[in-house]
Amino acid sequence: MEYVSPEGLRLDGRRPMEMRQLRAEIGAVAKADGSAVFEMGNTKVIAAVYGPREVQNRSQQMNDQALVRCEYSMANFSTGDRRRKPKGDRRSTEISLVIRQSMEACILTHLMPRSQIDIFVQVLQADGGTRSACINAATLALADAGIPMRDLVTSCSAGYLNTTPLLDLNYVEDSAGGPDVTVGILSKLDNVTLLQMDAKLPMDTFENVMQLAIEGCKAVANYIREVLQENTKQLEYRRGV
Amino acid sequence: MLQSKSFVRKTKGGKVLKVVREHYLRDDIYCGASFCKACDSSTARLSSTAATILIVDTNVVLNQIDLLENPAIDDVVVLSVVLEEVKNKNLGVYNRVRALCSNSMRKFFVFSNEYHKDTYVKAMAGESPNDRNDRGNGGSAIRVAAQWYQNHLGQGTHVLLITNDKENKRKATEEGIFAETVESYVKSLGLPGLLDLLVHPSSEDVGMEDVEDLRPLKRKVIYTEHKPMSEITSGLHRGIYHQGKLRVNRYNPFEAYVGSESIGDEIIVYGRANMNRAFDGDIVAVELLPQDQRHEKSLSIADEEDEEEEDVHLAPSSADAAPRVTNLVQGSAGDINPLSSRPSGRVVGIIKRNWHSYCGSLEPMPMPAGNGGVAHALFVSKDRRIPKIRIQTRQLGNLLDKRIIVAVDSWDCLSRYPSGHYVRTIGEIGDRDTESEVVLIENDIDARPFSSQVLACLPPLPWSVSSPDLANPIRQDLRHLCVFSVDPPDIADVTNFVHPGTPLDDEAAQRGTSVYLVERRIDMLPKPLTEDICSLRADVERLAFSVIWEMTPEAEIISTRYTKSVIKSCAALSYVEAQARMDDSRLMDQVTTDLRNMNALAKMMRLRRIARGALTLASAEVKFQIDTETHDPLDIGMYQIREANQMVEELMLAANVSVAEKILKHFPLCSLLRRHPSPTKEILEPLLRTAAAVGIDLDVTSSKALADSLDRAVGDDPYFNKLIRILVTRCMTQAVYFCSGDLSPPEFFHYGLAAALYTHFTSPIRRYADVIVHRLLAASLGIYKLPDIFQDRAQLTSISDNLNYRHRNAQMASRASVELHTVIYFRKRPTDTEARIVKIRSNGFIVFVPKYGIEGPVYLMARGEKGGGEWLVDEQQQKVKKIDGSISYGVLQTVRIHMEVVEPQPNRPKLQLTLDQGHVA
Repeated sequence: MEYVSPEGLRLDGRRPMEMRQLRAEIGAVAKADGSAVFEMGNTKVIAAVYGPREVQNRSQQMNDQALVRCEYSMANFSTGDRRRKPKGDRRSTEISLVIRQSMEACILTHLMPRSQIDIFVQVLQADGGTRSACINAATLALADAGIPMRDLVTSCSAGYLNTTPLLDLNYVEDSAGGPDVTVGILSKLDNVTLLQMDAKLPMDTFENVMQLAIEGCKAVANYIREVLQENTKQLEYRRGV
Repeated sequence: MLQSKSFVRKTKGGKVLKVVREHYLRDDIYCGASFCKACDSSTARLSSTAATILIVDTNVVLNQIDLLENPAIDDVVVLSVVLEEVKNKNLGVYNRVRALCSNSMRKFFVFSNEYHKDTYVKAMAGESPNDRNDRGNGGSAIRVAAQWYQNHLGQGTHVLLITNDKENKRKATEEGIFAETVESYVKSLGLPGLLDLLVHPSSEDVGMEDVEDLRPLKRKVIYTEHKPMSEITSGLHRGIYHQGKLRVNRYNPFEAYVGSESIGDEIIVYGRANMNRAFDGDIVAVELLPQDQRHEKSLSIADEEDEEEEDVHLAPSSADAAPRVTNLVQGSAGDINPLSSRPSGRVVGIIKRNWHSYCGSLEPMPMPAGNGGVAHALFVSKDRRIPKIRIQTRQLGNLLDKRIIVAVDSWDCLSRYPSGHYVRTIGEIGDRDTESEVVLIENDIDARPFSSQVLACLPPLPWSVSSPDLANPIRQDLRHLCVFSVDPPDIADVTNFVHPGTPLDDEAAQRGTSVYLVERRIDMLPKPLTEDICSLRADVERLAFSVIWEMTPEAEIISTRYTKSVIKSCAALSYVEAQARMDDSRLMDQVTTDLRNMNALAKMMRLRRIARGALTLASAEVKFQIDTETHDPLDIGMYQIREANQMVEELMLAANVSVAEKILKHFPLCSLLRRHPSPTKEILEPLLRTAAAVGIDLDVTSSKALADSLDRAVGDDPYFNKLIRILVTRCMTQAVYFCSGDLSPPEFFHYGLAAALYTHFTSPIRRYADVIVHRLLAASLGIYKLPDIFQDRAQLTSISDNLNYRHRNAQMASRASVELHTVIYFRKRPTDTEARIVKIRSNGFIVFVPKYGIEGPVYLMARGEKGGGEWLVDEQQQKVKKIDGSISYGVLQTVRIHMEVVEPQPNRPKLQLTLDQGHVA
């Protein structure tokens, strides 16, 4: 199957190094302490953050740092066929863990001992790259909740099809069976917090693909920063500062 | 700009899904005209002086691809919507258009109109992608793009839409776009030669009625209508139809086989009517015939056309090349037909066509009078499996004595023959160069010179071993050793020059193997590599890939080492020279003693291999002596096999086996190996019957048993044993390359060599398989890392499939070339010689001529008086005798025959064998 035409266009009209259209919205869930909707093309994710608040289960309380919890789920209507998406299955447990670990890497947990931060992410519409979109949404929601962070964690995926590295795979490209490298970075600190791939790739190709994904992460970080600044300006305006 | 496409799709499970996809529209898609100022012209393809730019419609690309490939047509814009539709309808044509678009000599530009913000046409609500394409065919997207081009390039350029769709043309003219049909455009070019390339539509798209009337058509239905696809699908589902690939018998075009998975057997299809317009290689749906209809069909073959006749041909070297003669005996043997239990059937529909272009010539016919020079001629393909093809031409006088290429366009049930169109001329019939080219084209062999990109990958000449090469730690310096080579260019380090992913590598992978014709060789790699850099000449330092064994005097291998090396050959010997040295007892120099030692070791290895059950087979390979000036064959004779050949063969086998073990150990899933499947019972059956008739009992339970019984099969004359071996050899199937991940280890077995593992390592210059194996071996030594393609098993499998295909074609081409030269040779030399009967037929027998390695039919009675009853075939005894019992011929008997080239039809010479009466030995 031809995923990149000889003219250098992908099936949806992007070039190999191009991302899908990004869109973000802060404050989608009024009740939560922080929330955001994040879209990468047709992938749409909502995230809500509660906390820092009192630890619900006392036995899990930690005296030197905050407890970060994360729950990932997919809405029943997120894919074309309406199916009940089981909670706590292998895949969602794994993604929950991935998001939690990424977030723990940037939250300054030692500033909030004996407290708990809950992150809920739900996929509203899935079109490939849900993992990345969830992390990006969670970052925005954490920022919205005013939780102290080292840096913004952003994530993006890249793949390798038709001997071309491709940025930000959509569902069709994702299900082509090629490698799918998901990278999460702390954009300013240049630290990698997440790196996943479940396929084999020769080392030098892998480095190219990973580099491309990192570029993608940085682009996402720039966008998120813009959105946050815009949001802050609005808050300032509303307060009449 | 973002658009979203949404459509509804039904899943396999029967659920209906709504699919939504993003569709990005861009402003950075350029028009491809190098004179355009608004666009980035770095990727421009259209010429700077183009006054007319053609935009082609889908139907034009699909039907007139031969015209588009003609260099007279240029400055063409192919829209992506057209490409997409072509791809869905005909992948072969799609690949050809793609090749045109990427060919730097041609000015074809692909315009991605689907992604351009101004030319995107939004799908109408409720349209599926297919509908949309159909509408694209109707032309709205194409017309929008044409309009855009006209506006974009301004009035200085003439943008012309070429379409054969009436509706589209009308709408285009209404919208103010210049549009023409292919015919009128080609006529306006004023090149009559191009008109022959046109495919004439059978539909009512364009008014061709005036021409239609000239066709001498009896409007009666000759073939039954093909069943509609829906019926075929449901029939296949219910098990009344069987799907499979139709293979026409190479030696009898009225008999075909369909390998069907659903009944696990081959279905025989007799006669053109039952084949129902299917070509060789088509995927067809077959319906089984009831038992009582089976027999009569097979007898009516010969009435249909006076073509059923066997040619003299080269003795086959393996079962794949051998004729399949399952039904030939039954004609007069009557009811004893052991094979009648085979199901026979008829084709009800064609699922996928395998039409391409064919080589051949026109049937001789008188020049038609008048009618604008348009003539209808019948084309006869060189490949006998292909039926005659009707074509239309305006240059009949030119073409009658030429070999031409013709493509098939259609075959409706009203006409006896398919219709097609002329593609190009190769040359004069009978001319050796022409005929050689026909051989190459028929076997899909690319004999074009290497492109400049390929040649650019070569190291600069004159090349010599450089100091970095010597300093390289992976390369062992073996220059101090006495190294010499015997005949084959030996195992040079080709992969040091052919790097994966380069144009050179791609080209070699595509060619797969060098092809040896009688008078020329078509190289897999360019000359500088084959004849200089990778040729291990005497007294020159060369890079090599070495396998170093340490052996006991009993030829037991103690240790094996593989290394890249630098060698300095002290002698490059031919087989003859090597043999002469070994035989000359006066010579005691280093090389000669080494040769003798090696020969002693090789002999021991050979004995051991035979003890393991390797078959000693014999082939009827012939060698031509060619006149260096005229390239005419001067003499033919059997290829002589010397001890030196056997020695080299033995060592090469050992090297191949060692390497196979090594690479498989390191890469169990992605090694390229070679296996030889055991011959099936069915193939061996005729051989066993022949052997039984002459009183030999062949045990075929294993290769060991067969080898032993072959050794016991000694007749009264010295040639007998060799003859039996030749007969056995031709029952063997071909060995094939495969990817080790695709099969389980017991299937790796090489039957002929009785080796558990085997591969090709020794000739990287002329076989691409060896190049791959070299890379695998280098990777297993940790010298280089494994190229990416080895990660992808599917790709490796496709490479090995291609290698098998090329390998087979190369062999076919060599054989065809030898056959061609045999005819040339005997043209001036009618010969009497001795021959052996190898097969008994109802009206004669097939003889094998050992001296020239050919075989062919000898008729006992004139053609036409078949079944005259004068001769009787004894199936059991494999004898044919005269009714009165005066003369009888048995299988393997020696006869004297007369060989002569005759021309039953002008320009169609063929070799005829006749019995030299009175000299029956």
